[in-house]
Amino acid sequence: MNPASFYALVGIGLFCLGLFALIINSHLLRKILAINIMGSGVFLVLVALARRAENMPADPVPHAMVITGIVVAISATALALTLMLRVATETGHATLPDEVEK
Amino acid sequence: MNRKILRLILLVPLLLTLATGLGYAVLSLPDQPQYLPERVIDNMSESGVSHPVTAVLLNFRGYDTLLEMVVLLLALLAVWSLDMPATRHKTQHKTAPGPGLVLDTLTRLLTPVLILVTAYLLWVGAHAPGGAFQAGSVLAASGVLLLLAGWRVSDKLTALPLRIVLVAGPSVFIIISALTLLLEGQLLKYPPAQAGLFIVILETVATLSIGATLAALFLGVRPRESKKDNDKGRQHE
Repeated sequence: MNPASFYALVGIGLFCLGLFALIINSHLLRKILAINIMGSGVFLVLVALARRAENMPADPVPHAMVITGIVVAISATALALTLMLRVATETGHATLPDEVEK
Repeated sequence: MNRKILRLILLVPLLLTLATGLGYAVLSLPDQPQYLPERVIDNMSESGVSHPVTAVLLNFRGYDTLLEMVVLLLALLAVWSLDMPATRHKTQHKTAPGPGLVLDTLTRLLTPVLILVTAYLLWVGAHAPGGAFQAGSVLAASGVLLLLAGWRVSDKLTALPLRIVLVAGPSVFIIISALTLLLEGQLLKYPPAQAGLFIVILETVATLSIGATLAALFLGVRPRESKKDNDKGRQHE
């Protein structure tokens, strides 16, 4: 196994860990953090797979996609945090209505 | 408690299956990427820059970057439209303590350095890692630092000038797209001789827009437009 596949597998691990946290936690801030970790996992996979063969230069296309992805992730996170603040001020707690402890 | 354990028992195997599937997909990829890297390297001489990632971002896949600028602007519009009087009231009238001597001095020292780094990253993007997004985020970082230290843009600047800076990136991008459509008959296909110039113009304007948008996203609340608007808001509360 070359280093590229190792890092890609770590990225998949991060993605699944984030998905786990996204499903398990009901607090919205934790969900937003989980989505960010999932995104980081995807970026790690792309960056790692861009240079699979050791003696070749890295493939620039996935790298450019990661830069685009990071910017989109930042703006989505900012929007999600604002939505969370809105939910918290309207309802008094930062969870979705159907996830309040039964 | 029972429900939680049941959930875990169901969820963990499902996620492990997903991880195995994804891992298999990654490991079964061919050893060398085909087709795309060669095409990028073959066309580097026409791109106007010498760094392949910048060439992909602003020339070969310029369309993605154009839409990305629009996504940033849309996110900011959404954040501003969610801005409500209640949070605005809280954030603006909180009697925060002053920034303190250390933060104040550090901000004064760091801001010019950050602006210099922004310009360097912008320029170096043509032949090394760097470019509009990296430069824009450093610019935004200096903006965030200033906001945290208690500095506010005056009301005069936040009305029209701020909005012009925010929209400048996407609109210059669209103007250049239209120009290339007229000149070359294809969207964002620069004439090879002027490609470098087009890219520098785009990157400079995009850096300013990205910096302003990210800092505005950090602030979260829509800046007041004028005294009149503020008074109206006061009466509502």
